[in-house]
Order: sequence, then structure tokens, then C-alpha cells
Amino acid sequence: MAGTAVSGRLTWRAATLAEARWETPSARTLVLDVPDWPGHLPGQHVDVRLTAEDGYRAQRSYSIASAWPSSGDGKVELTIQRLDDGEVSPYLTDDVQVGDQIELRGPVGGWFVWRSKSTSPVTLLAGGSGVVPLMAMIRARADAGTKQPFRLIYSVRTPEDALYADELRRRVRDDAGLDVHFVYTRKTPDGWPAPPKRLDVAAVNTYGWPPDFAPDCYVCGPTTFVETAADILVALGHEPRRIRTERFGGTS
Amino acid sequence: MSDRDSAPVEATTLDGNAMAGDLRELFAVDVTVAQYKCAGCGHADAVATLMLWGAAGGRVARCPHCSDVVLRVVRAPDRVFLDLQGCVRLEVPLTDD
Repeated sequence: MAGTAVSGRLTWRAATLAEARWETPSARTLVLDVPDWPGHLPGQHVDVRLTAEDGYRAQRSYSIASAWPSSGDGKVELTIQRLDDGEVSPYLTDDVQVGDQIELRGPVGGWFVWRSKSTSPVTLLAGGSGVVPLMAMIRARADAGTKQPFRLIYSVRTPEDALYADELRRRVRDDAGLDVHFVYTRKTPDGWPAPPKRLDVAAVNTYGWPPDFAPDCYVCGPTTFVETAADILVALGHEPRRIRTERFGGTS
Repeated sequence: MSDRDSAPVEATTLDGNAMAGDLRELFAVDVTVAQYKCAGCGHADAVATLMLWGAAGGRVARCPHCSDVVLRVVRAPDRVFLDLQGCVRLEVPLTDD
């Protein structure tokens, strides 16, 4: 019996970097080959562990960016935003090479997930690289071929900081029922009708689903973004139990 | 939660979602979806919503409502200490997925 219990434990496994691509000058997507990966739900994350030659270890959590298709033939993709004073992210963005191995465990986290069998409309609020798990939801929705209407409001400092910008543009065109609105906090694209500003009530009210539609709301970003966005949703009348939040490190 | 590469001592930037791996190492179920009830103020919500402080070696999870410590996880080389004294109750959903 002891053996049975032990075998069920979550353990670290070696993942091999199969491919990598830059999303922005400071964010890179790692496509990982993980033997016997059980699949994952959009919104779940993995823990990554790096071990230095002297045995020092650092561990971080990263959201999975890719959807896991029902065919089972998917990839585990992580999009890493480099934090210049970070202990782990500069290695993952700049140093790790195709063919290298990193230690990983997961998928974990069953709370901040979207399930394709849910029929509710969905409002996604992303701050910076908080878009990563929300992108997994958008990709999973397309893979599942489901029709729940999705609206993403994506707050970035400048147009150059937007992850997945081309793919989002393409999906807005091709994925029926997906809308995307950008909020620029420092610099807007040329010709943008408003000056830079932070996410506010007007943006959530205009570009998110109204509370009457009882949407499921997913908010991910730095703490200040998450708290502001959640407060706005509650103030607009959204039920707190329909609001799921996830905070990550970094500055706002 | 795409990037949690933060220094261990700075103001909290994470939440209970980030404990999923450490807790899943100990428990057969995903404890982050469980509802805790805070011993300090009686607030109840998902463990995922707790405010998280500290790095992977030693974590303190506080109630977002009253900021009392609800849960602590400290790792030693050969064991894990889990302190639940700030948690009156854990309600764990038993679902298949």
C-alpha cells in the first residue's frame, strides 16, 4: 500500500526544449517535450526547478500557454517574461538552448482553469504577461470548437509589449465569438483614439460582458492589476464567485 | 501566473494558486480548490485566493480578508512542515477532473 501511495505523488520530470521563439524582445516561448505528459486544462501551470552546480535550487511557477487538444497530441508551451533582476527567468529566456533539459512538475492548479463544457460567456482580463493562461483558454476554446463568447481585455505598457499580437489578430478574424480590446498604459499605437491609461471602469464596462450575462471572469496579472480589475468587476455588479484571479510576480 | 520570478522577500506578488505544486506533492487532491475557513475572521474562500508570501522553501499564506496567517509550508531537506493553525476547516471537493 505504501508503494501505491508513493506512486501517486507529484514528481519532477525532465523536459527537453524542443523549440523556442521570441514573442517580444523580452519574452520567449519554450516548446517542451515532456515524456508521458498527462495533458492539462487551460489555466493550469507547472513548477520549474533549476539546480546550480553547487546544488542551489530555485523554483518558479509558470502558466502553460498552449492548449492540450483532445487528440492528445499536444505540446507544453511556456511563455517566459524576462525580469532583469530575476533568478530564473533570464536563464529561461536567454540561456536555455534547444535540446537542453529542465526539471518540471505538473500540471497543477485546478482553480484558475476554464473548462470547455462550461456554457457561460467569458470575460478575460489580462495585465502584461498575465495573458499567458488566458491565451491557453482562447486556444482551448478554438481547439474544442465551442461557441461560448469570449472577450479579452489586455492591458500592456506599449504595443511592443503585447504577447501573441499576431495570433490574437488572426483569431479575432477567424475564431467566431472572440473579441479583443487592448488597453495601453504608457504608449499607444499611432492613431489610437485615446491617450495611454490604466484599465478603468469604462473599459471593463464597454469591452467586457455585462453582469446580466453572468459571465465567468478570469483576471491574471500583477497584484495591483488583479486587485483593480476585480474591484471594477464587483463594482459593476459581477458576482464575486464568478471572478477568478491569479497574481504573479513582477511589477505592474 | 506566467512569471513568478520574484525575490523572496518583496511584497506579495503571488497567491494560493502558486502553492498547487507544493501541496500536490503532499496530497492526493488539489488543495488549492478547497475552501478554507479563516480562524481569524471566519472568511471562507478557495485556498487559491490566499495571499502568498515567501519563496518555495518557506511559504506563508494569509487571508485576503483579514491578513491573518491561514497556512504555512516550510521545507526541510527531508520533510515538509505544514502548519494549518489559522484554518478552522478545509472543504475539499471530490470531483473527477
